Amino acid sequence: MAQHQVNYLKDGGLPVALTTIDKVVNWGRSNSLWALTYGLACCGIEMMASGASRYDFDRFGTIFRASPRQAELMVVAGTLTKKHAEFIRRLYDQMAEPKWVISMGSCANTGGMFNTYATVQGVDRVIPVDLYLPGCAPRPETLQYGVLMLQQKIRRESASRAQKPKRLM
Amino acid sequence: MRAYTPKDNVQKKPYYTDRYWVAPQVAKHDVSSDAVFTDDLEAIKAQFDVLEAYIQVDQMVVIINAADNFGVIEMLKNERAYNQLSEMSAIDWLADEGKFEIFYQMLSMSKRKRLRIKCKIDEKESIQSVEKLFRSADWSEREMYDMFGVIVNNHPFMKRILMPDDWEGFPLRKTYPLQGDEFAAWYEVDKIFGKEAREIIGPENRDPARIDRYDTERFARLGHEVPRGTDISNGEPDTPLVYQESEGVFMIEKFDAEKSVVISDRDR
Repeated sequence: MAQHQVNYLKDGGLPVALTTIDKVVNWGRSNSLWALTYGLACCGIEMMASGASRYDFDRFGTIFRASPRQAELMVVAGTLTKKHAEFIRRLYDQMAEPKWVISMGSCANTGGMFNTYATVQGVDRVIPVDLYLPGCAPRPETLQYGVLMLQQKIRRESASRAQKPKRLM
Repeated sequence: MRAYTPKDNVQKKPYYTDRYWVAPQVAKHDVSSDAVFTDDLEAIKAQFDVLEAYIQVDQMVVIINAADNFGVIEMLKNERAYNQLSEMSAIDWLADEGKFEIFYQMLSMSKRKRLRIKCKIDEKESIQSVEKLFRSADWSEREMYDMFGVIVNNHPFMKRILMPDDWEGFPLRKTYPLQGDEFAAWYEVDKIFGKEAREIIGPENRDPARIDRYDTERFARLGHEVPRGTDISNGEPDTPLVYQESEGVFMIEKFDAEKSVVISDRDR
């Protein structure tokens, strides 16, 4: 029987890493941001491109999920119409806490060029937004940068369950 | 939800009028200049009243009474080989003459001719559906109802097609403001949060370039986060970005540009 011979003082040290609970939890959360597929318009194409092999969101741990129960990040990619507003709110409510929202592109930020009766003038009228990405449409690099910024934001937050849920009002 | 009734009669005052604008007209030619259209017009005149008929851009336009629309289109389809209804909708002439113009654009594949049937109805008047003749009229008539409020009789599913079912107003009427009336402005707030939330959420910001730099209720500047609702009009503290890899986190290394290798030869 082979003898287990590891000299912890010599071979790279003890297999122990010291950290805080907050940091471990936030490390896990921020590096496995599963996003809800929420392409509403042309920004959705850029979002798909970010997820596909050329830009490859998987390497940041962001995997698109088709169910709000499995997602903690909502990338609102595109124009939100007034007809659709109640459904985005329902899907947001179905996502489990903690959850984050990225508003991607001009239309989602402010209604963009659709200054009309049928377009919600910014998704922040309906759901709370963590990060606004400018652009029409933002390039996949912008979305990836945005997700990395959101990761940093998550790491600065407290991981405790007592954190206040984000509310519009 | 309570129906929105405007206090002022907006139909009397269109939001855009140009006193000196004269709409250019495409030249109208006599129907007798085309043999095929002359025959078609004779066939229509034999059974129905024709108010006006002319040729415009190689297409015959026939203006009929609104009550005859089903009969004329049925005859054109079955006897005159106009076998396609390529488009139909309404035009808002309420400000000028208090009427809607309904048009049916028809195409004959065998004759290679296009023909347009037009009729006029009053604002509260309804029109007969041609969905039994052309299935394409199904959604067109629903859209016409959705956008203009023209009710179509004998339609199998007379319901809004684009706007939500509980929408008030008809957006393609000339008196409907482009940015929506009061109902449209508060639609999503009323529906999701209730009317009492109007004051809390506030009116729509119709200026997309406006950014409220000091609004800490809804915005947080990355790298300058403060507790929600803090007054930052006198400046906010700088929160330095902390990278998780800079503190020696397990398994994660900080990218070192010095140690990286740039592959310049792609065929390597």
